[in-house]
Amino acid sequence: MDLGEINPVLLVASLMVAATPLLLAAIGELVVEKAGVLNLGVEGMMIVGAISGFAISVETGSPWLGFVAAAIGGAVLSLLFVLLTQVALANQVASGLALTLFGLGFSALLGQSYVGIKPPSMGDIHIPVISDIPVIGPILFQHDPILYVGIALTAAVWATLKYTRVGLILRAVGENHDAAHALGYKVIKIRIMAILFGGACAGLGGAYISLIRVPQWTEGMTAGVGWIALALVVFASWKPWRALLGAYLFGGITVLQLNLQAAGVAIPVEYLAMSPYIITILVLVILSADKSSAPASLGRTFHASH
Amino acid sequence: MKFTTLLASAAMALGLASGAMAQDKTKVGFVYVGPVGDGGWTYEHNKGRLAVEEHFGDKVETVFVESVPEGPDAERVMTQMALEGADLIFTTSFGYMDPTINVAKKFPDVKFEHATGYKTADNVSVYSARFYEGRAVQGHIAGKMTKSNIIGYIGSYPIPEVIRGINSAYIHAKKVNPDVEFKIVWAYTWFDPAKEADAATVLIEQGADVILQHTDSTAPQAAAQEAGNVVTFGQASDMSEYAPFPRVSSIIDNWAPYYIARTQAVMDGSWATVNTWDGIAQGMVEIGEISDAVPADVKEEALAMKAAMAAGEYHPFTGPLKKQDGSDWLADGEVADDGTLAGMNFYVEGLEGEIPQ
Repeated sequence: MDLGEINPVLLVASLMVAATPLLLAAIGELVVEKAGVLNLGVEGMMIVGAISGFAISVETGSPWLGFVAAAIGGAVLSLLFVLLTQVALANQVASGLALTLFGLGFSALLGQSYVGIKPPSMGDIHIPVISDIPVIGPILFQHDPILYVGIALTAAVWATLKYTRVGLILRAVGENHDAAHALGYKVIKIRIMAILFGGACAGLGGAYISLIRVPQWTEGMTAGVGWIALALVVFASWKPWRALLGAYLFGGITVLQLNLQAAGVAIPVEYLAMSPYIITILVLVILSADKSSAPASLGRTFHASH
Repeated sequence: MKFTTLLASAAMALGLASGAMAQDKTKVGFVYVGPVGDGGWTYEHNKGRLAVEEHFGDKVETVFVESVPEGPDAERVMTQMALEGADLIFTTSFGYMDPTINVAKKFPDVKFEHATGYKTADNVSVYSARFYEGRAVQGHIAGKMTKSNIIGYIGSYPIPEVIRGINSAYIHAKKVNPDVEFKIVWAYTWFDPAKEADAATVLIEQGADVILQHTDSTAPQAAAQEAGNVVTFGQASDMSEYAPFPRVSSIIDNWAPYYIARTQAVMDGSWATVNTWDGIAQGMVEIGEISDAVPADVKEEALAMKAAMAAGEYHPFTGPLKKQDGSDWLADGEVADDGTLAGMNFYVEGLEGEIPQ
């Protein structure tokens, strides 16, 4: 056992990479749930984003276009959810599950000819001077741009929900759609926008896995991240910064436990393997002692004639 | 009890019905742990399935279900297959062992074949390949090619099959490079590309310049390619997309001949419970092309070792060998017996760390 073999700077840097797909998907779902919609199709939207982003960036040679395509891909799939739940008023849980199953199968079909191809690399941002600061530079200022997009998105969602009129309306729709409707807000329209936003974020998260974290295309490569994102939103009490904390904790401990294993630390591996789940849940449950609760209309279907 | 009776009678009714009308077609089912496009383990099993279809043409019908979790859900999938009239079901992951036995009890007329396990029954056979022979070749090349003398190993679950691979690779790496050190990480998954890539990255960050994997996807290959100067080996499948570098060779599982033979046995009515464990000699384990990134002399030695194993002249576990705790295992020239290998739950001398229990 030799803890000295773990380079803390590389560790922190790679935990941020491991956390980003989770963060992107969770932030999107958080907005969706704040608007009172429960979309269990995160995993499906992520994997469709992963293949759309991968395919487009391979075809065009531009990772940026790939990420744009991933966001569009995720949003287009969520449009299916919109049709089912907001237009046809179908059950949200069933529709979300269907979306995941469909997304997994559809992405496998799309990805047939992309197995074993290396995507163009996005490269890391390198800002002169501050990127070269020892320790802080590699941790904070030497990442791919999408990682910063994730953090910026968290801040933007937090500020929008808390301080803006749009955020207030969105929350009103999520808390009591009948009251919001009575006030003249277009409940369905607002929810559709939220669902599309959630789809785009999930798509970005998926593409982050296929373009940066792995980078390759393999069927079913999201392997359950979407479900973890869903759980994270609940444990984060629908608060953006807590979602970020949760994602970093989860990603961090995942990478840390692998590091500890490789360094031969004498903790039973079973405990290490389960630690990301346990510690993340524990921390977020303790934080949620302030009795913040779910949006009151979460998962309920809205029909204007009521 | 009632439920099983119900299931059994339903199966019988179905069996009678389908037996009457589909006498000519043999239905073969496959249960996969990952997606067929994983590029590794499941991909090869699926190639075996396609070979069965090609070989028998109209006489056979195959069905498969992919990404089936190892646990109660597997039992549901197998039951469903049996109810739909499958005559022969291949369950292709270690974790399906107990579910296979349970379902087999309910369907005495359906034949089951479980890969890499050790529990048999009247209608359950087991089959596996001697992957450790391929690991010996990998270990030899790895020991010769590492410059940092640190070899990273991504394990899936601490089961005998994986531990055999680690031991075999280590023994042969150590033989050609006494300074070599193995760093082992358990991913606790067969298929999770992001996690497999993370594990590979961690090992590379901690100095490994050769990565061996016992997980199913090609993600560690991609991570090694990204890192640059790291050697990898294809696992279960050739993974030639990553050749000639980082992937310098591979272990290929060739299930097709076995699947065809067993399907034939069901058709002939000659199917009986067997315990098959074939290696390089029978062609169930193949060594993928050794690329030019490997020095010519090393390649030659590796091929010589392969030939010796194929001819039965060399066994990867030949004494003198000691266990990790220093106790004697095999005397000079003694060869490990299959029983010990099948249940292997210890590291050989020199490996660090403990096997998770």
